[in-house]
Amino acid sequence: MMPDLGKYADSVLGAYGVSLLLLAALVWLSWSRARKLRDELNDVERRAAQARGASENGAEGIDVNG
Amino acid sequence: MSLWEYANPRRFMQLSATALPWIGGLSALCLVVGLVWGFFLTPDDYRQGSTVKIIYLHVPAAFMAINAWVMMLVASLIWLVRRHHVSALAARAAAPVGLTMTAIAMVTGALWGQPMWGTWWVWDPRLTSFLVLMLFYMGYIALWAAIEDSDTAADLTSVMCLVGSVFAFLSRYAVLFWNQGLHQGASLSLDKEENVADVFWLPLVVCIAGFVLLFLSLVLLRTRTEIRARRLKALLLRERMA
Repeated sequence: MMPDLGKYADSVLGAYGVSLLLLAALVWLSWSRARKLRDELNDVERRAAQARGASENGAEGIDVNG
Repeated sequence: MSLWEYANPRRFMQLSATALPWIGGLSALCLVVGLVWGFFLTPDDYRQGSTVKIIYLHVPAAFMAINAWVMMLVASLIWLVRRHHVSALAARAAAPVGLTMTAIAMVTGALWGQPMWGTWWVWDPRLTSFLVLMLFYMGYIALWAAIEDSDTAADLTSVMCLVGSVFAFLSRYAVLFWNQGLHQGASLSLDKEENVADVFWLPLVVCIAGFVLLFLSLVLLRTRTEIRARRLKALLLRERMA
């Protein structure tokens, strides 16, 4: 299945190896950073929503008439 | 419907969420088909032997290295004129992808050049312009990271992008202004006589399509990440102040 690359096998396989490694690293780093930030943002938005809900409930509980 | 609608982060996130799986999937398909076809199913060149198989990585990577900078240039101009944050963030997102493409083009070029030219490197117009372009990519990424205020960073990096465009232009057209140098002429051209032979040309076009779609999908993914990072920073600041 593997073609006979002759005396240039090192160059060809080296080129493919380095390129595919760099592309894989780029895709992996992009995807893992995307996932990490999405999860962090979801956490912070959840906290912000809870804080907003708590302050609204607190405001309803204030009896301004004493 | 106007294209400027997608300068709105929410609209951009909606569109990119739908488009990303399709573009990513198509990119993977084109890359697999193109590289398998080129590596396993094409003959050796009568002069270059099996090193011709490096063309399926080197040419698409070089093509994208230059065009990534052109995309960054357009996005930077849109930021400078219209102040759309999505545009500035897209330029920022594209830079590491362009840098990787440049690195692939230079490494594969050296590995191809050594057996063919007897040297890993030569200071000819095209290669030298490419090296300078690579340094501009690194500088652009470093400048974004160095400046705290994102609007100021976007302004300064946009100007840097304008300056660096000279080298993106020279990487493509240097041979028209100076002697040919060692690097060969165009592999792909509107003038069919300049093109590589058909047996190499077809898988090469598929590989180029794969690299273009990979660039697009990575820029969409990374821009989404930058938009989220910007929102996260704003929410954390609000939390600290509350």
